[in-house]
Amino acid sequence: MNEKNALLIEGAFKEYYFNRFDLIHVPQRATEREFGYQKFNSGMIRHLVIRNDKELHLLLMKEIPSDVYCSNAYYTFPNLPMSEKDWKGADLIFDIDAKDLALPCRKDHTIFKCSSCNNSITEFQPHCPKCNSTKFETISVSCKNCISESKKEVTKLVDMLTSDLGVKKEQIEIYFSGNEGFHMRVTNNDYEPLGSQERADLVDYIMFNGAIPESFGIRKQNNSKTSLPTLDEKGWRGRIAKGLFPSKSKTPKISKEIISNGYSAFQVQLEEIKKTMGVRVDPKVTMDIHRIFRLEGSINSKSGLSKIQCNDLDSFDPFLEACLLGDDEVKVMINSPLQIRLKNKKFGPYNDELVSLPKYAAVYMLCKGLGNAI
Amino acid sequence: MLKIGIKDLAKYPFLTEAGEYLGNTGLNLEQLGHPDWKPIVEKAYGRIVVASSGQIYGSDLESLDNDSELLSFIVAIILLKSAGISTLIRRFSLAEARRAERYLQQDLWVSRDKKNLELPLKIIRDLFAVDVSIDNDEFVIKVPDYLQRAVHFHEKEWKLVNRRVTNGLVYLTAHETVRLIRAELGEYINGKIQSVNIESIPQGFKQRVDDLVLLAKKFSDTTYVSSEYPPCVKHGIEVLEKGENLPHSGRFLLATYLLSKGQTVDQVAPLFKNAPDYNERTTKYQLEHISGSSGSGTKYQCPSCEKLRSESLCFATPDCDGIINPIQFGKKRKNQ
Ligand code: SF4
Ligand SMILES: [Zn+2]
Ligand SMILES: [Zn+2]
Repeated sequence: MNEKNALLIEGAFKEYYFNRFDLIHVPQRATEREFGYQKFNSGMIRHLVIRNDKELHLLLMKEIPSDVYCSNAYYTFPNLPMSEKDWKGADLIFDIDAKDLALPCRKDHTIFKCSSCNNSITEFQPHCPKCNSTKFETISVSCKNCISESKKEVTKLVDMLTSDLGVKKEQIEIYFSGNEGFHMRVTNNDYEPLGSQERADLVDYIMFNGAIPESFGIRKQNNSKTSLPTLDEKGWRGRIAKGLFPSKSKTPKISKEIISNGYSAFQVQLEEIKKTMGVRVDPKVTMDIHRIFRLEGSINSKSGLSKIQCNDLDSFDPFLEACLLGDDEVKVMINSPLQIRLKNKKFGPYNDELVSLPKYAAVYMLCKGLGNAI
Repeated sequence: MLKIGIKDLAKYPFLTEAGEYLGNTGLNLEQLGHPDWKPIVEKAYGRIVVASSGQIYGSDLESLDNDSELLSFIVAIILLKSAGISTLIRRFSLAEARRAERYLQQDLWVSRDKKNLELPLKIIRDLFAVDVSIDNDEFVIKVPDYLQRAVHFHEKEWKLVNRRVTNGLVYLTAHETVRLIRAELGEYINGKIQSVNIESIPQGFKQRVDDLVLLAKKFSDTTYVSSEYPPCVKHGIEVLEKGENLPHSGRFLLATYLLSKGQTVDQVAPLFKNAPDYNERTTKYQLEHISGSSGSGTKYQCPSCEKLRSESLCFATPDCDGIINPIQFGKKRKNQ
């Protein structure tokens, strides 16, 4: 990022980190966690111990980081190198990102910016029409639909955690990630000791990966109706029943069809159900038991929005509630074919224009790579 | 209080109660050396021989009206400790675990009506810290307890997604419940044996101890394990060494990998000895087939990383960066 942009953004972050102590707290059991942060245009600093809110606030004011992270893992010695930390356990974490949901709306708000001449194109092409370069940077923002679809994934996951996996509602925290999705954290003692492989299998459960027809009553040979799932069952069998049978009365007829269509047809049906009922999380995040994960309350430098907890998911509007930077006007050069909406105001599109924007919007544009400070 | 009788101890001779029982009989090591007890020593020796061949020693529990089952187990441990050969101890522990597994399964199954469940459930709880409870004829354990054990199995049906899961609990049959703790049972018995201290043994045991040392020689042709193997191959070898079942695709990986690294069928075959379904002839036959030295004559290639990943057999580490087949492991280094 160029110096001028970094300066403008850092200035806005600084105000936030000086003024919003009320929003920035260390998570529970902070002394057992590893913290890390990044500054603009420099590398990651990890293996830090931050004992309490006061130490955290001090660090934020002193360093004005671009991004702040904290481990989901608990260690005896969080500040030692990884091999000596002595891993004790970790919260379960989940990352749901609108970018991974294959939504049809994505193409309407994703652009490709040529890395050599900065020209942006809205439809992907292998070569830049202006300079013929082949290197592009993908820039995307989220729309209302992206957010509501991501929320649906969150809701499905909460349901699975509470009704299948024995997690209590109070043990689940839901956060807006600060960019294009949601983060979840589950603090439950039983799940805490699970290693990476166990978490991988748990993710497969949530995503409905690796299910075999046999588990849902269809074998390669000798099938009978009796072992197909029924509507009153719980867990995945119940979900599959809901996917297969729209009502109790239609069940006998459909069952017959399923059995006569055979094994591979059923496998295809399961794959279809997976697309709608499986939760689309990023498996790598949940499997990684040494990750440092974005700290709640901190700003995400990919957007200038904050990672904040959603108390009421349904009504939560990230473009309003997570947009927490100042609103004094700044002049910036913006080249954005995309229109954005923040705090219920629309900005853009701008065609290489010098415009005066509230600071939160200017920072958003700069963080996304859609403009420059002057 | 739960009462554990001699019949229970014959089934589960590794329980702490077995020691107490012996103590109460007043029998000591010296007495066991007396020629009168020779049949017990022979029985113990037989138990080890059967175990070392990968078979399960069967007891006729109906005729278990004496202490010979329990005593032969104790004597077997003494013989094994005196011979001091860890491969034998490991094989014995595994075989004994499988034997106990059968009884546990039976005990769980026949006593679903709760009357006699106390003992098998206590064994599972005390030895392995897993709480198993009963829900309508079925056994349930907590999801995290399940995951920690089931991830070592590679058959698809053990994936959580293929299980019935409700309210944080996984539903299992008696057979599955016991299967889940098999490896731990083996480790538990192994640990028990390791912790036994024997100062001197009766003269009457000496011959059989020597025989055990001879017997162990047969197993010394162990496969060469190199730290240069890729993680997926190392993992497969570990699974087999624990006596766990490796699915066909995993065995295929090991066979193709090792054969292509220049090992011979005879060098690779012993690797599969610990597999629960080991059969020397079929293993050799299959290996020869894969190596191309029999049948069609086509030599099978090692599967790609991508294929292995899709079969959950990939355990990539940073050293795997940039390779597409395990064969390339160690040849390409990241910084090249
Ligand atoms: S990346 Fe390839 S070599 Fe490495 S563990 Fe996975 S399958 Fe094996
Ligand atoms: Zn260009
Ligand atoms: Zn959208």
